[in-house]
Amino acid sequence: MIPAAFDYVRASSAAEAISLIGQHGSDAKFIAGGHSLLPMMKLRLAQPAVLVDISRISDLSYIKDAGDHIAIGALTRHMDVEKSSVLAQHVPLLAHAAGHVGDPQVRHRGTIGGSIAHADPASDLPATTLALGATYVVQGPNGTREIAASDFYKSFLESDLAEDEMLTEIRVPKMNGAGWSFQKFNRRAQDWAIVGVAAWRGANGSGVGLVNMGQTPILASSVSAALAGGASIADAAALAASDAQPSADNNATVEYRTHLAKVLVRRALEQASA
Amino acid sequence: MEIQVTVNGKKFTSDVEPRTLLVHYVREVLNLTGTNVGCDTSSCGACSLHLDGEAVKSCTVLAVQADGANITTIEGMAAADGTLHPMQQSFMENHGLQCGFCTPGMVMAATSLLKENPNPTEDEVRIGLEGNLCRCTGYHNIVKAVLAAAGK
Repeated sequence: MIPAAFDYVRASSAAEAISLIGQHGSDAKFIAGGHSLLPMMKLRLAQPAVLVDISRISDLSYIKDAGDHIAIGALTRHMDVEKSSVLAQHVPLLAHAAGHVGDPQVRHRGTIGGSIAHADPASDLPATTLALGATYVVQGPNGTREIAASDFYKSFLESDLAEDEMLTEIRVPKMNGAGWSFQKFNRRAQDWAIVGVAAWRGANGSGVGLVNMGQTPILASSVSAALAGGASIADAAALAASDAQPSADNNATVEYRTHLAKVLVRRALEQASA
Repeated sequence: MEIQVTVNGKKFTSDVEPRTLLVHYVREVLNLTGTNVGCDTSSCGACSLHLDGEAVKSCTVLAVQADGANITTIEGMAAADGTLHPMQQSFMENHGLQCGFCTPGMVMAATSLLKENPNPTEDEVRIGLEGNLCRCTGYHNIVKAVLAAAGK
């Protein structure tokens, strides 16, 4: 399978990338690692006329301790998120989840920003950063703005990003020793989750993100509210699908996904509370 | 678009269409057909090669994205005098292949794995090779070969 023909330009800075995407309009797409976009282009599900390659913007690949949060450059590869000692110390849930994206070859190319901007509800990192209460920083022709992860995901593969905006940084609050768990249920090691759960629980409350349980990554707010109100893990986990709208596919019916979510949330909360 | 790459130690300058996939460039322009096309959907790992020292799936990389890169394919693993790379030798000694189709990708993924984790456990080898499928299901001896190459 070969993608449809396109023009290819390279950006050496975020400002240049935004200028280039502005020139080429809605037919242009950013490409970083390309591990979400190229498969779609090969299947002709996406046929951009222009690709703006942002993968060489080296100053957008970093993981920095910024006090109360960790700042991650959008072009940081999954492998670098997985192996980061800063994240292992302060946001171990994210480092662990990054190690479950695809397989090592995919993690050598794919980026955290690409995964989030692609806004695939079946991807691990959108739901994980949502559970962690992350903020995304985006840059456009008129400057930068911050978007809470909980406001970012609009629909299937649709986010709050405007056509001429680029995700530049992901800010993830430090977990301050909170317990956590990542549960990914799939048939083969490298597959997308049939259902996945990213959860943490600590002195400041809890956060539960659901993978592949709707048109967007889902924040299971009902579960956290129940825990805050003193509910047992079993009772809180029974609400796992309350905020979700799962659909059926070759792997699972709606009923099966709903059941899986409850079981996996219970397991995740038990592990996070241990 | 003109690209310059170093493949197995040799420099090449080529004019490619932007949509040319790296695996097609390597196979059809450079005639290095050891890198196989299996699933063509970044699932099976048969097209794995090293891009700047790390295993990637070359069916999901554009040749233009590899501009300036140092690439190693299975043809570049053995020494100039034909002495096999220790991983190739270990696959041979441990019968780490059946039909052989996945083998180039397995060798490239396995050498990349040992570079990142020189002393893996058996579990780490199995997880480390999760991106490579063997349709003969010959995983047992592949894992054995990788562990042997790691000096266990």
